[in-house]
Amino acid sequence: MRRYFARKLLIYGLTFVVAVTVNWMIPRFMPGDPVSAMVARARVSQPEAAEAMRTYYNNLFGFDEPLWQQYLHFWGALLQGDFGISIFVFPTPVGDVLLDALPYTLGLMIPAVLLSWFVGNWIGALSARRKVLDNTVLPAGYLLTAMPYMWIAVILAWALGAKAGWFPISGGYSLDIQPGWSGDFVLDALHHWVLPFLSLFLVALGGWAIGMRNMIIYELESDYSSYLSALGAPQRLIRRYAFRNAVLPQVTGLALQLGVLVAGALVTEIVFAYPGLGSLILAAIQNQDFFLLQGAFLFIVIGVLIANFLIDIVYVVVDPRTRTGMAGGTS
Amino acid sequence: MSTLPDPAPEAPSAETPVAKPGRESLHYAVRNPKLIIGVTLVAILLAIGVVGPMLLDNGNPNEYVGPQAAAPDGTYWMGTTTFGQDVYAQFVHGLRATFLVGVVGGAIAAVIAMVVGFLAGYRGGVTDEILNMLTNVVLVIPALAVLLIINAYMGVRSVAVQGLFIGLTSWPWAARAIRAQTFSLRTREFVDLARLSGSGTWRIVFREIAPNMSSYLFMMFILLFGGSILIASSLDFIGLGPTEGVSLGLMLQSAQQWSALQLGMWWWFIPPGAGITAIVGALYVANVGLDEVFNPKLRES
Repeated sequence: MRRYFARKLLIYGLTFVVAVTVNWMIPRFMPGDPVSAMVARARVSQPEAAEAMRTYYNNLFGFDEPLWQQYLHFWGALLQGDFGISIFVFPTPVGDVLLDALPYTLGLMIPAVLLSWFVGNWIGALSARRKVLDNTVLPAGYLLTAMPYMWIAVILAWALGAKAGWFPISGGYSLDIQPGWSGDFVLDALHHWVLPFLSLFLVALGGWAIGMRNMIIYELESDYSSYLSALGAPQRLIRRYAFRNAVLPQVTGLALQLGVLVAGALVTEIVFAYPGLGSLILAAIQNQDFFLLQGAFLFIVIGVLIANFLIDIVYVVVDPRTRTGMAGGTS
Repeated sequence: MSTLPDPAPEAPSAETPVAKPGRESLHYAVRNPKLIIGVTLVAILLAIGVVGPMLLDNGNPNEYVGPQAAAPDGTYWMGTTTFGQDVYAQFVHGLRATFLVGVVGGAIAAVIAMVVGFLAGYRGGVTDEILNMLTNVVLVIPALAVLLIINAYMGVRSVAVQGLFIGLTSWPWAARAIRAQTFSLRTREFVDLARLSGSGTWRIVFREIAPNMSSYLFMMFILLFGGSILIASSLDFIGLGPTEGVSLGLMLQSAQQWSALQLGMWWWFIPPGAGITAIVGALYVANVGLDEVFNPKLRES
């Protein structure tokens, strides 16, 4: 088990180094003069602000230094939590801008990911044993997984928001309410949260349901199931074993799907103008705010790494083989 | 690497080593409703994407041709946008771009996945360790986040470049699956025999191992194809789509940007999303059908 975690930590460490290096390399190896291009693109009206930005960029990139020194400085700043300064909201540090948006993204993603996983696996397991349910779940599941996240978001916003008028279709809270821990704000924020949550939840749900259904059928047709039923074991017992074996790949699947789910959360936020990382990234792209974009990239990578690590821990709990160190290298 | 034979993803299924299973597969293929429905739907959409733009007398789908914000009618089958662009013209051109990005992205990802998966699975040892680590690193970094910053820095964007980048980032899961399959095949007798007769690594991989998992490789390509389409539509939607022409994702983006939702112009945002869903959904359904054709265990149920 120690070997399993050592391996995982090595991969996560490497991934982080690669991500930071990519982040560092891109502005430096782009053709042209990035500093003037960025200052020009930012369209800052005051000359002092433009000049401040120019010096800031030059200091930050340190273009007169050798490349290896620039690279070390980049790491040094990063480890002190310095992601640079945002152009889009000019003198605010990128770290602060991102931290403001983070609760909204996490509040949307964590429930959507976990609930869709639980409910999807439950529906999938049920449909593997009932023909009627199977015939409805399977087509619906394929339809849902094939839908682009933003499209289902647009459809929901149109049907339940614009047409029915049940839910607001944009923003994280009403503009006339001050964000805080008051009851009014929490209710209002929840009201705004329903549609983005629902669209993320539905797309992911289909995939888990199909995966679970297929795994259960596969397990029920395997040798141990036939052997158990030949011995006269009750169907309930066989199903329980099948379920336990089928859940393992679904846990691995959750780790594999995280990157896709992050992407889904970003475009969903854009549809609903939800004030999370996705909307920030859109603003960063539109305003050519590369520090904000790069900071968001690192935030996402760190988030995915932490989530993967948590899934690894869960995996150890549900799979006894990892505990005895037999299957350490398979995932 | 230069001796690498062209692993066209469609090729393996056509030349299955033994003739009889091939004929048997065909027998079940033409009787599998899921496969037939999926393939037919994809073929129809592909035909619309290929032929549709040719039948329009107007070459530029973004031109302002009709009345503004008109609902669908006889002249404009899918209505017009706020600017008077023909939604149907954009849709058929967009279908073409969608298929293109799927093929380019899927093919590149499939080739990388095969090279990495076969090498890691067949060679084992240190090669396997290094390639496995590389696969895991790329697997953990969210592809969309990388594509976001690369695309944002690149000034000029095209469908082909987008497909290239998607292909370069979406191969890891497939590489891992191929590695696992290769692992189980490499200790079989016929592979030992080929090794004894002095064949090189790539010869054994493509003559002995690949044909035995051709159906698997083909299904993997289909999934990568669908995945590329979905990733591309997300990128387009964020505003990082091709700078010229039109795609289904770009249509969704402009519908969103110009508040088609609030204006109730459903004909602007329903067709592009339905197009993507139909292609990807049909691909998935065809894939399940193929699975049933190749895997006798699944056939009865």
